[in-house]
Amino acid sequence: MEFAVEFEDVSVRFGTYTALEGINLKVPAGAFVAIIGPNGAGKSTLLKLVLGLLRPSSGRVLVFGVPAPRAPAEWLGYVPQFKTLDRSFPALAIELVATGIRRRWPFRLSPVEREASLEALRRVRGEELAYRRLARLSGGELQRVYLARAFVRRPRLLLLDEPATGMDVLGEADMYRMLERYQREHDATVLMITHDWEAARHHATHVLVLNRRVIGFGPPERALSDECLRRAFGHVGHPHELSFSVGSRDA
Amino acid sequence: MLDLLSLPFMQRALLAGLLVGATASYFGVFVVQRRMSFLGSGLAHAALGGVALGLFLDAEPLYVALPFTVLIALLIAWVRERTELGGDTAVGVFFSLSVAFGVVLLALKSEYTADAMAYLFGSILAVTPADLGAVALVAAVTLLLFPFWERWAYATFDRDLARADRLPVLFDDYLLTAMVAAVVVSAVKVVGILLVAAFLVIPAATARLFSRTFAQMTLLAVVLGVAGVIAGLIASYLYDVPSGATIILVESAFFLLGLLAVRKI
Repeated sequence: MEFAVEFEDVSVRFGTYTALEGINLKVPAGAFVAIIGPNGAGKSTLLKLVLGLLRPSSGRVLVFGVPAPRAPAEWLGYVPQFKTLDRSFPALAIELVATGIRRRWPFRLSPVEREASLEALRRVRGEELAYRRLARLSGGELQRVYLARAFVRRPRLLLLDEPATGMDVLGEADMYRMLERYQREHDATVLMITHDWEAARHHATHVLVLNRRVIGFGPPERALSDECLRRAFGHVGHPHELSFSVGSRDA
Repeated sequence: MLDLLSLPFMQRALLAGLLVGATASYFGVFVVQRRMSFLGSGLAHAALGGVALGLFLDAEPLYVALPFTVLIALLIAWVRERTELGGDTAVGVFFSLSVAFGVVLLALKSEYTADAMAYLFGSILAVTPADLGAVALVAAVTLLLFPFWERWAYATFDRDLARADRLPVLFDDYLLTAMVAAVVVSAVKVVGILLVAAFLVIPAATARLFSRTFAQMTLLAVVLGVAGVIAGLIASYLYDVPSGATIILVESAFFLLGLLAVRKI
């Protein structure tokens, strides 16, 4: 079996703070993995390790068998949280999409880059956004542009950090359709951070429940068991249904 | 007016002004978008230490100030990268250190205090062939480094995206900081240490008001920087006022007009 991502006894420490500890994980190629966990569980840290943005304090991370920092950028399609966008930067949506191909900020788009970027925007039903300024886009529109940017390079591995933030229900359903279609057509693997357990249950082939350690990993029905959720969150109800949480957040 | 341009010192002044106007505005777009305006001001003050060292050593001041200020810039970048201190704190420490160093050196050789004043307030009409050489060198390196624009721009937009795409963002940061320092030093004779930060920031800020893309912002900033130098030099000749300050006043007028125009758009 081919593995898209492997964590071998990975720990990450920032000074005395341990963000992740003893992570052992093998993500099969072609899986759709939803990563859930409370705030501060190390979800974004885990994604950064796969992207090669962060080195583990111990252990190693492999992407398709290659150490993460040396994995070719073409393999990875990254959708960051749209909240990280610097809205003061003057840019058009099509330029951001084109960075997915050029891996630089384009001074001038070539006809090939322009056409490929428009095609990627069409794929996410965002062609009309192409020549709009990033600063003027809504959260949902921005996520579609970031998604097009990730798709345009046809990556083997999609990494998404809370991509549904800022989207309405229809937009979210649309996004999952796009992701699943891309995954089907390109045999890609998806790692997605989400706070929506129901969406994870419905769309993911695997769920990773994280709270600095791996609490559970496997098919949704197993990973989203009451026991795993209680250990990760201190409660078992969907967060949207709760006005407070009980118990310890420590795993 | 045309007779004036036949004078060698005026030709040097114009050429130095145009080159510095273009390069400072070019790097200014990164300074503005990365919110590093204080770095420009700090490096200009750090240049005083370099100029004073040059005068103290009886060497060509700009040729000593250039490596001195680049070194200070790299130290600032290093402290910013390696510690949890904010960038403004690192700038504050090193620019104070450099100014103090310069003041002490000038006190030790007080006969050069008048020369130092030319750098403090700028003296474009006193640009020597050696000064012009330093300005031309910085402009030539800027041109050679144009392929870095796309890398710097990408990291300016989002460092993590650039790093995930395997760009050597840290190296690029050091290079950009060093080039900003070099441009600042090359500009001190033209506008003076006290005003050189404005040379970096104002054309870029004006360009930002009208630009939909970062490439547009860069081109417009360079055009405004060059136009400001030409208009400022003409105005300073016509009204017999200091050229460096006049250039900055013209550029500020562009900015204020830009603000008014944008409000009406």
